[in-house]
Amino acid sequence: MDRRTTFDGWLLPVLLVLPQLLLTGFFFYWPAGEAVWSSLTTQDAFGTGVVFVGLDNFSDLFGDPLYRQSALLTVGFCLAVAGLAMGLALALAVFADREIRGKGTYRTLLIWPYAIAPAMSAVLFLFILDPRVGLLGRWLNRHGVDWDYHLNGWQALTMVVLASAWKQVSYNFIFFLAGLQSIPRAVTEAARMDGAKGWHRFRTMTFPLLAPTTFFLLVVNVVYAAFDTFGTINALTHGGPGKDTETLVLKVFRDGVVNQDIGSSSAQSVILMLGVIAITAVQFRFMGKKVTE
Amino acid sequence: MKRRTLMAAATVLPFAQARAAEKTKIVWWHAMTAALGEQVNRIADEFNKSQDAIEIQAVFKGGYADTMNAAIAAFRAGQAPHLVQVFEVGTGTMINAPGKVVKQVWELSKETGVVLEPKNYIGAVRGYYSLPDGRMASMPFNSSTAVMWYSKDAFKKAGLDPEKAPTTWQEVVKAAQAIKAKDAAEIPMTSSWVSWIQMEQYGALHNLPFATKENGFAGLDAELSFNSKAHVKHIDRLLAMAKDGTFKYSGRDNAPDQLLVSGKAGIHFNSSGMRGDMVKSAKFEWGEALLPFDPEVAKAPLNSIIGGASLWTMTAPGRTPAEYKAVAQFLQFIGKAENDAYWHQHTGYVPVTLGGFELSQKQGFYEKNVGADLPVRQLSRGTVTPSSKGLRLGRLVEIRNIVYEELEKAFQGGQTGQQALDTAVARGNKVLREFQKSIKA
Repeated sequence: MDRRTTFDGWLLPVLLVLPQLLLTGFFFYWPAGEAVWSSLTTQDAFGTGVVFVGLDNFSDLFGDPLYRQSALLTVGFCLAVAGLAMGLALALAVFADREIRGKGTYRTLLIWPYAIAPAMSAVLFLFILDPRVGLLGRWLNRHGVDWDYHLNGWQALTMVVLASAWKQVSYNFIFFLAGLQSIPRAVTEAARMDGAKGWHRFRTMTFPLLAPTTFFLLVVNVVYAAFDTFGTINALTHGGPGKDTETLVLKVFRDGVVNQDIGSSSAQSVILMLGVIAITAVQFRFMGKKVTE
Repeated sequence: MKRRTLMAAATVLPFAQARAAEKTKIVWWHAMTAALGEQVNRIADEFNKSQDAIEIQAVFKGGYADTMNAAIAAFRAGQAPHLVQVFEVGTGTMINAPGKVVKQVWELSKETGVVLEPKNYIGAVRGYYSLPDGRMASMPFNSSTAVMWYSKDAFKKAGLDPEKAPTTWQEVVKAAQAIKAKDAAEIPMTSSWVSWIQMEQYGALHNLPFATKENGFAGLDAELSFNSKAHVKHIDRLLAMAKDGTFKYSGRDNAPDQLLVSGKAGIHFNSSGMRGDMVKSAKFEWGEALLPFDPEVAKAPLNSIIGGASLWTMTAPGRTPAEYKAVAQFLQFIGKAENDAYWHQHTGYVPVTLGGFELSQKQGFYEKNVGADLPVRQLSRGTVTPSSKGLRLGRLVEIRNIVYEELEKAFQGGQTGQQALDTAVARGNKVLREFQKSIKA
């Protein structure tokens, strides 16, 4: 089906898209352009002296082993958060996608965490996991487990992964459940009649049919883990111990907002922006193909 | 009746508004929350009532970092507030602000003819916010320092004299061991603000330079120097204590605060500003003591340094001399002995003027609140040296972060004290050079 409207002249179409263009220009291209410009400069906090330095900020970043380490950490962190959040959500959705008593309540409860602000969820996790005041943290220490995320990098990382993934499970759950419910019953029934058992049926039939949902969620989750986890991590660990939980977006905040190093912080933002553009481009290509197939 | 009142109001109102419009309005951005915020509003109200030519409006702008960022952004947009409260670690950035971003106190005083006399302010406080030649750059406002808090209950249980706090680090180590041996507290010893207290304060007390060029006061090209033998000795001591379980590292900045008020720690290094919370919430017998020193490093301890914030006068296009004069008059007002004493007695911050301290003594405040003068005594003991007058380094927040990161790695067992401080110095110097470059731009 090809729906195409043809206009005579160009005034009307331009007028029609103008509001959208203005919005995008004002809220996206302008600030993004400012960021790109700042990334090519060195300036004092007050912006009274701005010097063009070309790509110096970028070469400084790539030459800095700590930045490369942070980039690597971010990749690992994103994959861990996306994997955990999606895996859990998928399992929960599969169990919810059947006739069970209290289905509505169960689903509603699962969606709640999504409404909690990141900083608040971090505080909740602190109350549970802090080695000196947290319920579980103290219990662990009393029972011979040396739990102290203030000093143990792996424990800190595990904790921020858990806290970040926990918040995203709800969102993924909704999508997976919708995806499961859109699989035609006839296909499931046919597979059942061919003798496909639970796990086998899920692996060879349900999961492939869920692929578009899974892919969409993968992109969303990676972007979430890369950007929206700032509040959680900042409240839980400030990026520590050492630099063990300092992801790229935390570093942007630290250099730009705390440190007033506008040039380097902008350069880091530009790198992150390119990353998102790349991910989105891949998503559009892949999803576009699916639609036309 | 009602209508008449309304009509009367209608006729009176325009005049009232006209009168208000004649007043010079000045805006003050601050970062004080809760009870402290109320005290800030009280000061503004008192000032507004004390005269009828100027109206000051106090506006809460979030935490220290938020307030400073808001002021910087506002300056960029030509909308800077007249006055802004900036935390002590932001001093390096503000004092090096190029051109006409800020009006330093001496400049303001000279231009407006309103006397703001540096000599009225306590040396250790004034020094932090002054140029090397003694001219004041910003106006001291809320200042605290670091002290040692301890649980008298834990001391009793450990068989220590609760009325005699340890004064040297050697005694502190012994006390912590006794607390651990008798299991007198869950955590024998911990510290908030580890960078500030265990590095910066420790350096000041023992006359060890944190950086060259008088801790940065004498030039932007200062290099960090906190990896000396004496510094390493202290970090090694903490590392050894961490190893045998007498010291517990409990997180950055104020994260360990909850351990203080709940009495979980036998000995806790923290800001003197915690006094208000302790009086109100601590359900155990506690003591407040001077920071300990190491007699093997220095014969006697010098003054400690301050934390807290000061007030900066900012500029904006089209700002009139009358407005600057109003700002100067307000700064003069808060520096009056009775106002400073009131602020000190109601907030837990130290008095910033000698007059405020003397008045508090005369009013018998310290007899009613035993120990409340301890921070002032610690701040004003001995003669201030280049290493004990504070730090003047750009991006100091970042340098503190680096210290935290490297110390955390050492506490994890990943590196020695010497390695930690060497790396922190090298990384910190890079930050300082970046800052220098951005100022020269």
